[in-house]
Amino acid sequence: MAEDLATTQEHAATHSALQHHFENMEQQREAGTLGMWVFLVTEIMFFGGMFLAYTLYRSKYPEAFAVASNHLDIKLGGINTAVLIVSSFTMAMAVFSTQVGKKRNSIIFLLMTMALGLTFLGIKAIEYHDKYRDSLIPGTLIPGRPFNPSPHELHLPPGMPIGNVELFYWIYFAMTGMHALHMIIGVGILSVITILAVRGRFSPEYHAPVEISGLYWHFVDIVWIFLFPLLYLLGRHLAGHLG
Amino acid sequence: MEEFEVPRPPRTNYLNAEYGVKSWLLTKDHKRIALLYLGGISFFFFIGSLYAMAIRLELLTPQADLTQSSTYNKMFTQHGIIMVFFFLIPSIPATLGNFLVPMMIGAKDLAFPRINLLSWYIYMLGGILTIYALLAGGVDTGWTFYTPYSTTFSNSYVIATGLGIFIAGFSSILTGLNFIVTIHTMRAPGMTWFRLPLFIWAHYATSLIMILGTPVIAITILLVAFERLAHIGIFDPAAGGDPVLFQHLFWFYSHPAVYIMVLPAMGVVSELIANFSRKNIFGYKFVAFSSLAIAVFGFLVWGHHMFVASQSIYAGMIFSILSFAVAIPSAVKVFNWTATLHKGSISYDTPMLYGLGFIGLFTIGGLTGMFLASLATDVHLSDTYFIVAHFHYIMVGGTLLAYLGGLHYWWPKISGRMYPEGWGRFSALIVFVGFNLTFSPQFVLGYMGMPRRYHTYPADLVSWQVLHVLSTAGASILGVGLLIPLIYLIWSMRYGRIAEANPWHLPGLEWQTASPPPTQNFYETPIVTSEAYEFAPPEAKEVVGRFERQRPVKI
Repeated sequence: MAEDLATTQEHAATHSALQHHFENMEQQREAGTLGMWVFLVTEIMFFGGMFLAYTLYRSKYPEAFAVASNHLDIKLGGINTAVLIVSSFTMAMAVFSTQVGKKRNSIIFLLMTMALGLTFLGIKAIEYHDKYRDSLIPGTLIPGRPFNPSPHELHLPPGMPIGNVELFYWIYFAMTGMHALHMIIGVGILSVITILAVRGRFSPEYHAPVEISGLYWHFVDIVWIFLFPLLYLLGRHLAGHLG
Repeated sequence: MEEFEVPRPPRTNYLNAEYGVKSWLLTKDHKRIALLYLGGISFFFFIGSLYAMAIRLELLTPQADLTQSSTYNKMFTQHGIIMVFFFLIPSIPATLGNFLVPMMIGAKDLAFPRINLLSWYIYMLGGILTIYALLAGGVDTGWTFYTPYSTTFSNSYVIATGLGIFIAGFSSILTGLNFIVTIHTMRAPGMTWFRLPLFIWAHYATSLIMILGTPVIAITILLVAFERLAHIGIFDPAAGGDPVLFQHLFWFYSHPAVYIMVLPAMGVVSELIANFSRKNIFGYKFVAFSSLAIAVFGFLVWGHHMFVASQSIYAGMIFSILSFAVAIPSAVKVFNWTATLHKGSISYDTPMLYGLGFIGLFTIGGLTGMFLASLATDVHLSDTYFIVAHFHYIMVGGTLLAYLGGLHYWWPKISGRMYPEGWGRFSALIVFVGFNLTFSPQFVLGYMGMPRRYHTYPADLVSWQVLHVLSTAGASILGVGLLIPLIYLIWSMRYGRIAEANPWHLPGLEWQTASPPPTQNFYETPIVTSEAYEFAPPEAKEVVGRFERQRPVKI
C-alpha cells in the first residue's frame, strides 16, 4: 500500500507537465486554481465599479431607468440567460469528463460550451443592432449617430430628461460590453483548451487547465446572472404606470 | 579578521548562468525580473525627481520665473503621476519583494514565473505610454484626475496618460496575485504561517490591497476615458451624472494605494530592526496582524479625502473616526519596533540608519495625518502645503527610506558585492537631513495658508519665501544624498568587496544560500525548524560576540 502510494507520488512528481519550480503535481494544481480564484476576485472588483455606478444612478433616477429598461428585449435576454446556464452545465461536464479520463466526451462538451458561448454572442449582437437601429447608442460612441431615440418609441413620459435615459444606456453598454469581451476571451481560452484536449494533453493526473478555464467560464456566466435582472427585469411592473 | 571566512563566489549563480540581452529579456527567474524592475523603477524615479527639482526651483521666488501656470500644472501633475504610479507603488514589492518572497519562504521561484515576466512588460508598456503623453504635450489635471475638469475641460493628454496608468495597474494586479498564490502554496516544509518573516506578512497584506483595489481604479480610468471620448455623461452634472462619484471611485483605490506604498516599507523595517538589534521582534503576531489590519482599515477611510467635497457631515464623521482607527495598527508597529530595540545589540550599519530614520519620519507623517483626519482642522488645512508635507513624510520619509535601507541590506545578496559602508552611512545622514529640511518647512507654510499646486505666492510675505528657500535648499541636499548611493551601488557591482553568503550573520532563509544565489535559489529545498528572527542561543554567544566586536557600536 505504502509502496503503491510512493510509486503514485513518484509518477506524479515526474509528470511531463510539471514545471521546474513546483515540488509535485498537486502543488502545481493548487497554485493554478488559487491563482484563478484570486484573479476572479479582481474581476469582481472591476465589475464592482460599474455595479456601484448602476446602483447610484438607479436610485437617483428610478423612473428613467424603468423607462429605458422596458425598451430592452426581454425575450432575447431571457434566451441568452438560458443559453449561458446550459453552457455552464456543459462546461462542468467537460471538466468532469476530463477528470475521469473520457477524452471523447470532454471534447464534445468543450465544443458544445463554445457553441453556446458563440450563440450568446450572436444574440447579443442582434440586440446591439436593434439599439443601433433605434439610435440608442449613448454619447458619440458611434460618430454621426448620436443618442436620439424617438420619444414615442421609448414611451417617454413628458418632462423626463432624456439625459437620464441615456445614462442607463451608457451603463447597459458598459456592463454588457465588458461582459461580452469576457465571453470572447472565454471562447478563445476554450478553443486553446480544446486543441490541447484533442492532442491528448489531459489525463486524470493532469487536468488543471480545463478546471481553471471552467472557473473562469462559470464566473462570466454568474456576472450575466446578475446583469439580466438588474438591466432587464427591475422596474418592469412600472411600465403601465409610466407609459 | 575575517579573511579566512571569505568564500569564493559560486561558479554559477543567477547573474552568470546565462549571458546576453535575450537571456535577460526572456528570463523567468524572479531574481532577474526583480533587477529588470529595479532598472525601470530607477529610471522613472529619476524622471520624477527632475520634475520635483523644477518645482522647487520655481518656488524659490514669489514670482513666476521659470514657468507659466499652465506649464507648472503639468509639472506637478507629471511629478505626481510618475512618482506614485511608476515609482512608489511598484518600488519595494516589484524589486525587493520579487527577489525575496520566494527566497524567504524557501521556494525555487514565484508560482507563475511567466506572469511575473509579463507584469514587467506591462509595467514598461504603461510607463512608455505615459512618457509618450508627457513628450507629446503633457497632462495638467493633477495626479488625481478630478472630474469634470479631466473629462470636459482639460486640453491635455488625459487619455494617453490614463491608459498608461490603466495598463501599469495590471502589472500591480499580477504581482499581487503571484505573491498571494506563492505565499499560500510554495512555502518550504516547516515554514508555517507564524514562522514567516514579517516582510512576507507585509507583502501578503500589500498583495490583498493590490488585487482588491487596483481593478477599481482600472474601471474608473476607463470611465474617464469614455467620458472624454464619447461624452456619455457619467461624471457630467449636465447629463445627470455625478462628479463626486469619480472621487469616491478614485480614492477607493488611491487611499489604499498609500498602504501599497507603506506596508512593504514596514515589512523591510521590521526585518532591519529585528536583525540589526539581533533580537526576536517584540510581539511577532501583533506586528503580523497589524499589517492585515492596516490593509482592512485602509479600505474604509477613503471618504476623508472628501471632507470638503460635498460629502454629508455624518459620512464625514464616520470616515474621520475610521481614519483615526488606522493609527492603532500603525502605532502597534512603531511601539513594537521601539520595544525590539530595547536591550538589543544594535549595530548602526547603513540599512539600520535608514530603518531608524523611517521610524522617526513615519511617526511624524502619521501624527500629522491625525490633524487631517479631524474634520475641523482639515477644513483649514485641506489643499495646503500641510497636506503636501504630510504625505511626503509618509511616501518619501517612509517608503523611500525603507526602500534604500532594504536595497543596502540585501545588496550583498542581490549583487554578491558589498557597498562601501562609510559612503553608505554618510549618504544616509545626508538623505535624512535633506529630507527634513525639504518638508518640515512645508508644514509651517501650509498652516500659514500656502495652497498646494500654486507656482506663485504673495511677495510681501517674507516668511513664506524664507520657508520656500529652506525647502528648496533641502531638496538640493536630498538630491545629492540620492545621487551618492546611485553612484557607489553601480560602482560596487564591479569593484565592491566580494560578499560572503551571510555577511550580516543572520538566521533568515535568504542568507542560508550563496551570494548571489543560484538560479534555483537553494541547492536543496530547505527544511525550516525554527521561528523567524531566532538568534543564536547563549552557548553560541561567542560567534555573536565576534560579530559585535568588528562593528563598533559607537556613533
